[in-house]
Amino acid sequence: MENIDLSLINWSRGQFALTAIYHWFFVPLTLGLAFLLAIMETIYVKTGNPEWKRITKFWMTLFGINFAIGVATGIILEFEFGTNWSNYSWFVGDIFGAPLAIEGIMAFFLESTFIAVMFFGWNKVSKKFHLLSTWLVAFGANISALWILVANAWMQYPAGMHFNPDTGRNEMLNFWDVFLSPVAINKFLHTISSGYVLASVFVIGVSAWYLLKNRELVLAKKSIAVATVFGLIMSAFLILTGDGSAQQVAQKQPMKFAAMEGLYEGTNGQGLIVIGAPTPGKKYNDDQKSHLFKIEIPRMLSFLGYHDFNAFIPGIKDIIEGGYEFKNDNGEVVKALSFEEKSRRGKIAIAALANYNKIKATDNDSLKQAYLTELRENFQYFGYGYFNDPSQIIPNVPISFYSFRIMVGLGFLFLFIFIYSLYLLFKNKITGQKWFLRLAIISIPLAYLATQAGWIVAEMGRQPWVIQDIMPTMVAVSHVDVTAVLITFWLFAVTFTILAIAEIKIMTKQIKLGPKTDGGN
Amino acid sequence: MFESYVFTQQYWWLIVSLLGAILVFLLFVQGGQMLIYSLGKNEIERTILVNSLGRKWEFTFTTLVTFGGAFFASFPLFYSTSFGGAYWVWMLILFAFVIQAVSYEFRSKPNNFLGAKTYEAFLFINGALGTILLGVAVATFFTGSEFSVDRMNITKIDGKELWTISQWKGAARGLEAALNLHNLLLGLAVFFLSRILALQYFMNNVYHEAISGRIKKHLIINAIPFLITFLSFFIWLLLRDGFALNPETQQVYLQPYKYLNNFLEMPLVAIIFLTGVVLVLFSLYKSIFSQCDKSIWFGGLGTIFTVLSIFLVAGYNNTSFYPSTYDLSSSLTIYNASSSPYTLKVMSYVSLLVPFVVLYIWYAWKSINNKKIDEDEVKTESHIY
Repeated sequence: MENIDLSLINWSRGQFALTAIYHWFFVPLTLGLAFLLAIMETIYVKTGNPEWKRITKFWMTLFGINFAIGVATGIILEFEFGTNWSNYSWFVGDIFGAPLAIEGIMAFFLESTFIAVMFFGWNKVSKKFHLLSTWLVAFGANISALWILVANAWMQYPAGMHFNPDTGRNEMLNFWDVFLSPVAINKFLHTISSGYVLASVFVIGVSAWYLLKNRELVLAKKSIAVATVFGLIMSAFLILTGDGSAQQVAQKQPMKFAAMEGLYEGTNGQGLIVIGAPTPGKKYNDDQKSHLFKIEIPRMLSFLGYHDFNAFIPGIKDIIEGGYEFKNDNGEVVKALSFEEKSRRGKIAIAALANYNKIKATDNDSLKQAYLTELRENFQYFGYGYFNDPSQIIPNVPISFYSFRIMVGLGFLFLFIFIYSLYLLFKNKITGQKWFLRLAIISIPLAYLATQAGWIVAEMGRQPWVIQDIMPTMVAVSHVDVTAVLITFWLFAVTFTILAIAEIKIMTKQIKLGPKTDGGN
Repeated sequence: MFESYVFTQQYWWLIVSLLGAILVFLLFVQGGQMLIYSLGKNEIERTILVNSLGRKWEFTFTTLVTFGGAFFASFPLFYSTSFGGAYWVWMLILFAFVIQAVSYEFRSKPNNFLGAKTYEAFLFINGALGTILLGVAVATFFTGSEFSVDRMNITKIDGKELWTISQWKGAARGLEAALNLHNLLLGLAVFFLSRILALQYFMNNVYHEAISGRIKKHLIINAIPFLITFLSFFIWLLLRDGFALNPETQQVYLQPYKYLNNFLEMPLVAIIFLTGVVLVLFSLYKSIFSQCDKSIWFGGLGTIFTVLSIFLVAGYNNTSFYPSTYDLSSSLTIYNASSSPYTLKVMSYVSLLVPFVVLYIWYAWKSINNKKIDEDEVKTESHIY
């Protein structure tokens, strides 16, 4: 431990967080806008109304600007697994590499091939082939999201693998268990629907600006109509999958769940805090109150976690001390182990792996078997062996707590926007409601904030694990000089910030210019 | 079909090699980005060139990303060792591609913050850094790097040693490779080759008299240093000691004329190599002396063949494809660096999608690229870079 440079781990994490946040700043719009384009173009092909072509092409221009910078920020993430998390790449590369390769083969080529047809093919291919291309771009973008989210879900809930003591790494046992893990499916659906909601909010917000300026009324109203219906349906999906996420986190990552709530000592029938403030600097074992103040919905947290108003939700202190009962993955009721016990078992597993490899070449088969048994029996706590202090396994509580509330709160605001917008469309009153149009514009940055908050809950909340219970973040890191990481951190921070400014400037200029008037080309 | 472990290991080395070979061919985009100002003497000419490349850049980019993903999935120990070790080389390559990705889309848009010239400079940096560093990185497959690998480092939790599996010993985190002359020769060969391919691509893709008139001169300027650097690299390769693997003991040792022997012992690979070289030379002849606008197809195919054979020589026939000069026993081979039999098998089935991918790429491109880009097109097209 003494040799592990904490600043190296922090800067490496910082660099990954920075690049991931920037990437996710652009991707959700790509995911959702791609489908909105496909829907708009479908209406154009079905009705033959050139106005719809003009609308499609306008949003397509914004899509292209946004897409380019999504690509730029994406490449770095793939390679960072190697450059900054080299132990991770070896330890789980056998499972984690596959989705990344499949993403390249199945999704990226689909996207990049048909995006060219989409942009340059208007006068070169048939209407139907062009429409098909637009749909394929949407599918390509979303398939790529599928594979990277499968990979991410696997880190949070490792399934379909076993540990191979001879190679000293985890290996895939069943591809379908990795691909179709319930966490993977839910994470995929929740994340893409958040992108669809963001894109809908974006389209409504930009269109609202035109309405306020009394410009492009037809384009704005038609775009709002498409985005409202799409956004409303996707909001329902978002809430449904959000509910699934809450249950999965509660049951598979209880520490994350407790941190999201700032819950130290849990009970049966635990309430959900609607508004509150976790006490800054609170330790898990001190006597400070958990929150400075809080307003709860009684029993709601238990319901969210288990769909049972009386379920027991363990707090941070409970998880560290163990002793409560819970259902494990096989459905058996078992007693939770304390941190100390998990750490002890983890150390046994690590030592057994080392000892087995020392004598592997000898013919002492019975001793080899003994070590292997020891390793197998304790492997599920492998990662805990690297920790000595229980406070190391607690994620950042205030960040998890606030991010969760920002995400959920804003999610409901967007739902309101879609419902009210639908109402105004039916009443044909949307142009008159200035306060609503202004709210729609303000909602654009809020939508970005909400999706970022979602990722922060998911990723900060799972610390210190890069692979839940198996590999701590600090063990995954590459041994690079901290100055080197510092330099690349700032290199990418400055570059991405400049590019993001350029993107926003270009985007707002294109919106101000508005769609081209000729419609045809 | 993919039941044998050794077969899938070799199969995946072939796939990675093929992706690497296609990537080098597609680096014509990078080559072209360096020639925008040499070939385009006014704004409209430069716009024609940028737009001609702009419809292809994503293929190079996507191939690079897929090359990385395929390497990760099939040989994770290489991913872990090389990327985590030769940190600066890979980071600079990545940086060069990050700034490329926005440049086409942003270059000609109003209010683009940095101005068209900056984005053109980004394209130039991507071209120069990307080609040279990728060449240097691939050359280390033959010249070796300084690192050690111990998978049991992960169990060292007593605080005395680091738990990093692959530890880099090179002084400049990979940049030392660029100071090795043999590596640099390949870097420069790739640099000049990308420019030659770009010129041949423009002959095929751009219809503009003034631009066409300038191409021949640049072909000659780039062909001479390309031939010198590539032949020097190659002859040196044949003469140098190589990193051989003893299949019985799995030990890596230095063997004189290892790579020459690999060509001799794998005649099919030698034939692929020679065919590739002949095609590249033929394309040079055709493009310089008879202005043939189809020469990119010979040049491209020749590049793919040549690079493919060089990759195969690095990994096949009991050779270490990522040797360690610091500790020979840490050297990586396609056997000790690969994924598990199960993962390779699953991935092999996924790879059967590739012909389908190639087919739709071909079809889509044929349908929108049936005529050369000219002044008219960049003036009337609605989506312009």
